[in-house]
Amino acid sequence: MTDVVDAGTALGRPIKRKEDARLLHGQTNWTDNIQLPGTVHMAILRSPLAHAKITHLDVSGALAMPNVVAAFGAAELGELNSSVPCVWPVTDDMVAPDFPALAKDTVHHVGDCVAVVLATDAVSAADALEAMSVDYEPLQAVVNMESAISPGSTLVHEDKGTNTCYVYNLGGGYDEKVKEADVVIKRRFINQRLIPAFMEPRSVVAAPMGMSDEITMWTSTQIPHILRLLIALVTGIPENNLRVIAPDVGGGFGGKLQIYREEILVAQLARKLGRPVKWTETRSEDMVATHHGRDQIQDIEIAAKSDGTLVGLKVDLKANMGAYLQIITPGIPLLGMFMYPGIYKMDAYDFQCTGVFTNTTPTDAYRGAGRPESTYAIERIMDELAAELGMEPMELRRKNWIKHEEFPYTTIAGLTYDTGNYELATARALELFDYEGLRAEQKSRRDSGDRVQLGIGISTFTEMCGLAPSRTLGALKYVAGGWEHCTVRVLPTGKVEVITGTSPHGQGHETAWSQIASSILGVPVEDIEVVHSDTGRAPYGMDTYGSRSLAVGGQAIKEASERLVEKARVIAAHQIECSPEDLEYVDGVFQVKGDPEKSQPLGAVAFEAFTAHNLPDGVEPTLSAEATIDPQDFSYPHGTHLAAMEVDTETGKVTVRKYVCVDDVGVQVNPMIVEGQVHGGVAQGIAQALYEGANYDEDGQPQNANLSTYLIPSAPDLPSFITDTTCTPSTTNPLGTKGVGEAGAIASTPAIINGIVDAIRHLGVNDVLMPATPMTVWKTIQAAQGGK
Amino acid sequence: MQHIKVTVDGTTYQKEVEPRTLLVHFLREDLGRVGTVVGCDTSNCGACTVLVDGVSLKSCSMLAVQADGSEITTIQGVSDGNDWHPVQSAFKECHGLQCGYCTPGMVISSIDLLNENPNPTEAEIREGLEGNLCRCTGYHNIVKSVQRAAELMEGAKS
Repeated sequence: MTDVVDAGTALGRPIKRKEDARLLHGQTNWTDNIQLPGTVHMAILRSPLAHAKITHLDVSGALAMPNVVAAFGAAELGELNSSVPCVWPVTDDMVAPDFPALAKDTVHHVGDCVAVVLATDAVSAADALEAMSVDYEPLQAVVNMESAISPGSTLVHEDKGTNTCYVYNLGGGYDEKVKEADVVIKRRFINQRLIPAFMEPRSVVAAPMGMSDEITMWTSTQIPHILRLLIALVTGIPENNLRVIAPDVGGGFGGKLQIYREEILVAQLARKLGRPVKWTETRSEDMVATHHGRDQIQDIEIAAKSDGTLVGLKVDLKANMGAYLQIITPGIPLLGMFMYPGIYKMDAYDFQCTGVFTNTTPTDAYRGAGRPESTYAIERIMDELAAELGMEPMELRRKNWIKHEEFPYTTIAGLTYDTGNYELATARALELFDYEGLRAEQKSRRDSGDRVQLGIGISTFTEMCGLAPSRTLGALKYVAGGWEHCTVRVLPTGKVEVITGTSPHGQGHETAWSQIASSILGVPVEDIEVVHSDTGRAPYGMDTYGSRSLAVGGQAIKEASERLVEKARVIAAHQIECSPEDLEYVDGVFQVKGDPEKSQPLGAVAFEAFTAHNLPDGVEPTLSAEATIDPQDFSYPHGTHLAAMEVDTETGKVTVRKYVCVDDVGVQVNPMIVEGQVHGGVAQGIAQALYEGANYDEDGQPQNANLSTYLIPSAPDLPSFITDTTCTPSTTNPLGTKGVGEAGAIASTPAIINGIVDAIRHLGVNDVLMPATPMTVWKTIQAAQGGK
Repeated sequence: MQHIKVTVDGTTYQKEVEPRTLLVHFLREDLGRVGTVVGCDTSNCGACTVLVDGVSLKSCSMLAVQADGSEITTIQGVSDGNDWHPVQSAFKECHGLQCGYCTPGMVISSIDLLNENPNPTEAEIREGLEGNLCRCTGYHNIVKSVQRAAELMEGAKS
């Protein structure tokens, strides 16, 4: 099944994916498939307690077990026990606890790493953990954020003297402006803790191999380039001796946007032992050791005139950092900070966020990273405001959103949205949804007192994508830039390599990037190989997260391809003996304008550039070009999502009857891939609304840290989706693209909850906690009825 | 150690295994059949699903010694080399996979589903794949893939 695609017409077509042949035949190169001669397997002794002193640790028993090569606690590891890095100190006085790869004297969450054992097979390593001797003195655990910041609370890190990581403020005019308001609504929303739960468990292999002193690491990561730099910085392995490869990666959703302690340990131990070291997590390890997402308490206040005109918004967040700071833990709520005003115009916006330490698994990026939380808050409270004012919720939105003729528009949060057309996307969504028909049905069910009530949930969202302009990141104290790189090479045989700094893990970059290059080079898609995720073959890049790969990386591919054509034009002109300006480039062939018989295909130019027998003066051999692009601004996808929710008022059972979304992601390179990204994102957002939530008891014990008890939806738990798109091209990048990886997950959660609340608001309900399980919904209805 | 004889994707293997070894670990580590993958440790995700004597089974829920004498088909054996089983073709055509980690199990379960019910409704497909988790697709295109595979397999018969 090879799809032959006409050269030059590839952009914008739903081309079937190049990746699929190997994935569908079991020929995939997952990290755990890598088995090098002499490999030793690492197993990790993890803390069973959320907070405890390690009063005794003796790893020597493990050394007596069969097939064991070595064992280490923090003491044995010594100076190789590097600390895990955090690269986003959001304030000058942010509190950052030490985060050693192996805990030194105190464990701070269940799953904290205490010791490691290495054996010649994974089973022997796991068996040997049992032979280690460890004693703990339990300490009081702090799990609840509000308790943690109360005076006299037990401290997660005694030496820091506080559980407050930072307090961040933006704005300041709300309290004055609110005096002009007729209506003020306050709500507390809980954005519960989620577990990324990508399907491929994390795995890492490191081996001394290759030339000189090189250590090669294969790791299931979204960020091989950033990982190489940071592993080098924290371990002391010279960066130029470290090669990082992310082979086929089975999902990430932000969960593999990380430098994990296990990666540091495997790298250090491969160097120390001089042989390959491998570690693959179990799922139950994953769910306590891979960072979690969300976990914010959101106190939201919105002020409006009696006609619905918004006056201002005040946001007071408490964001759970967990026990330690991982790579961008403290920055996640700040990615949301800019998006609380959503698509709406208002005159004042105050934001405050308090980062809080607790004895729980660290949090960090999870699909949307701050923006799902902010979108949830604004879209939920818009519905609450509409109810208070007695307005139709879509009408309230329409009254306040930025009109399409008002773009570019600088929001009260300081971002300039380049383009958008909320009217168009909404009109299309209402049409696909049969909004009026469903409202009529809702009324008749309400009038008849039907046991199953119908509600309509609205979410008119936007997000910031294309992370990110490097200067903006610098202003936010993030320590790296947001550029992206591409090198395009035409080989002597005419085959093309597109070498990208993005690092896909399900997004289909091999296909989509080929389409971009094909559209400029005129070379068929199947003759283009996308080289990625290997710092040895693709040395420059900032990797894949934050819906940035197309909006930023795509620009680099376009620019490099265009530069390559210009270099080739000079050589072709020399071959044809004409001026470069006399040539036009059509479907991969340079031809003289008005005399197309005189022509030179790109492949022939590439061969000439290789032999270099007859190059024009001043032109260097080989045919390649590169581009490194720093985006001038973010891009702003938006859309309108509508959910028809049925609620059985007697059992609390909730059903998604119909889900419609119309997304505007700008210009699409491959609509099939875009649609798939929307489906998956919407599913993850619905999962937050209805099914998922990582719970701890008051001692910090995880209550559902495996796939039997943490409810990832399966096929019967989700509906089919009705999707469509509108297109207002972005003006911040020359392709006009915006980004789509996170859109669905950002938009769908408030649509679902708004729909549930809308179905049972007449029963006195104005909020439902997530996940809205039957029990939760039933209890909510009972409480509201009892209160009447 | 216990001696077993198992046929996997057309090749017959005779091996000594520890009685506690799970079939999935035997396939991956003893036989190098790494197309079948491990996604959890509670038999929930279904990524490791294979056909044992023609019936789908999560290979983490069976010991290798229990497979003695069986014929096993993994994702690497559902089509010959680079040929395509209709289910594989349909998954590509309908974009029924993204990262691809659940795909080996999803394809095997779909084959088993269609063997039992050649013309399933959407609800029957969703129920039939309940034991296989996917985190990327939201199942929308997986359902379409199975519907498309049913068409392809029906067409192949006539």
